[in-house]
Amino acid sequence: MKLTNLLTSATVALGLAAGAAWAQDKTKVGFVYVGPVGDGGWTYEHDQGRKAVEAEFGDQVETVYVENVAEGPDAERVMTQMALEGADLIFTTSFGYMDPTINVAKKFPNVKFEHATGYKRADNVSTYSARFYEGRAVQGTIAGHMTESNIIGYIGSYPIPEVIRGINSAYIHAKKVNPDVQFKIVWAFTWFDPAKEADAAKVLIEQGADVILQHTDSTAPQAAAQNAGNVITFGQASDMAEYAPKPRVSSIIDDWAPYYIARTKAVMDGTWESVDTWDGIGAGMVGIGEISDAVPADVKEAALAIKDSIADGSYHPFTGPLKKQDGSDWLAEGETADDGTLAGMNFYVEGLEGDIPQ
Amino acid sequence: MDLSAINPVLLIASLMVAATPLLLAAIGELVVEKAGVLNLGVEGMMIVGAIAGFATAVESGSPFLGFIAAAIAGAALSILFAILTQFAQANQVASGLSLTLFGLGLSALMGQSYVGVKPPRMGDIHIPGLSDLPVIGPILFGHDIILYFGIILTAAVWWMLKYSRIGLVLRAVGENHDAAHALGYKVLKIRLAAIMFGGACAGLGGAYISLIRVPQWTEGMTAGIGWIALALVVFASWKPWRALLGAYLFGGVTVVQLNLQAAGVAIPVEYLAMSPYLITILVLVILSADKSSAPAALGRNFHASR
Repeated sequence: MKLTNLLTSATVALGLAAGAAWAQDKTKVGFVYVGPVGDGGWTYEHDQGRKAVEAEFGDQVETVYVENVAEGPDAERVMTQMALEGADLIFTTSFGYMDPTINVAKKFPNVKFEHATGYKRADNVSTYSARFYEGRAVQGTIAGHMTESNIIGYIGSYPIPEVIRGINSAYIHAKKVNPDVQFKIVWAFTWFDPAKEADAAKVLIEQGADVILQHTDSTAPQAAAQNAGNVITFGQASDMAEYAPKPRVSSIIDDWAPYYIARTKAVMDGTWESVDTWDGIGAGMVGIGEISDAVPADVKEAALAIKDSIADGSYHPFTGPLKKQDGSDWLAEGETADDGTLAGMNFYVEGLEGDIPQ
Repeated sequence: MDLSAINPVLLIASLMVAATPLLLAAIGELVVEKAGVLNLGVEGMMIVGAIAGFATAVESGSPFLGFIAAAIAGAALSILFAILTQFAQANQVASGLSLTLFGLGLSALMGQSYVGVKPPRMGDIHIPGLSDLPVIGPILFGHDIILYFGIILTAAVWWMLKYSRIGLVLRAVGENHDAAHALGYKVLKIRLAAIMFGGACAGLGGAYISLIRVPQWTEGMTAGIGWIALALVVFASWKPWRALLGAYLFGGVTVVQLNLQAAGVAIPVEYLAMSPYLITILVLVILSADKSSAPAALGRNFHASR
């Protein structure tokens, strides 16, 4: 009996030692995804980033990922598991992972965490996000020009600042080129449910929308628009080029690869620090997918002009004069929104109808 | 608020489409449970049916062949469950859950080269005269063939369970497999047939999502409909017409709530979002207030020696 015990503990000790030695050789990077890597949108692009990290560092890194992780307690379990298995750096790639990330990070002070699209940080938790609203300004411009029914459908996921910023930005720029434009907003309360997203798109089309903007992750709304015929859409998070040239006339592409490579490098070099990164078109984190031939040349030109002025910093998508939905003043003439307000944005701008679910 | 934006005809037509995958899966599972087997793998069989049907339709160019392949794939996967539970005597709950996990993984593997591919369209039927009628035409006579198949299947299953000899034997096996065995019925064979029927129906339901309702292939695209079908069978107290009612209610309220949102109705969106679940459960619970209950042998394994 004693011999068995001794042998068992010896084996365990050996195993641990071997495990530790192994872990030191490679930097282990974990990714937690909210949808499947084959969603063709949000999670797909994060996974491209992960692959880029592998391609960049080859044998020096080991990446692991878990897909379809529900936002909430399940996420905490997955992150804890990753940390226990020796991950040095963990990217948690959905807004709803914010509190789980902070909780798990407290328990593993030596593991670095990177949370996408959130606003809570700690010594070992960085946040990063892309200024998708810059891309929404380009989409809004195209949408405003292109709509004939003057009804633009918008499929929202959850009423969080990131989504609300997108709605506001798209609306402001659609309104700028087409004062009669009206937004119909449907909240799907999911990031990924193709059947529901398709239903939402169909409903909006049935109610007269001929432009569909989506802030959900699958390509289902694109397929619904294609079936309906004369409707245009925009790729979300990924290019969704398989639906070009129509219905998909352009897209917002998230390019996480450079960021993921830089942060992994920082962990390897021991220079990692908790930071808050929020990059847009200028820095290349937000890409605008090719504007297809379904868009008239002059509209395309106007959209590209907006894109370029945002990229070089000469124009901010939230520039006054702007009022809030209730009519109160928000930004004075020429004033631009500060990042703090944008990060916590919980109001519609003037002209949008309906209430934000609270 | 602008309710006039909602077209009731289009609304009813699209709620029927939204309800069909749920109905197909629920009817299949209902027969399985009537035979005394609890197969929690509906979600897994649906998703495998979704990709098998999608892939076949794309390769062959025929959505109809796709649906047949989906039914075969669903049934094939369910045989795995049948071997585990009926012959190897494994626990039904655990086997069903693992079937779902296996199905999700297998479908992701099978579907890798089908992301972003456009499937051939299944045409809607068109009956000259009838389909052109105002209001009734688009609602009753303007759908794809599978939607009607779902309704006919419900009627057939109802008739089979209630009036036919096969239905009687099936129910006997589900209520008391020892007694059925003593009478000389082949309990395992009957259960195997029921499980395969359930698998085929789930596969059809999955293919309906990937070929008609969405139509495209995306990993994990059934997104929980299989689980709702399972719950629906229980709330419908194992009665086919109630399952149909439940599926239409669920599909209906889902579509209605999206319509209400788009029309800007001043009801908090959270209430609208939870309404399909709430209303379906409520209605079916009220309906099942009578003394109908689960098949007595549900979830219990049978072995002739015991």
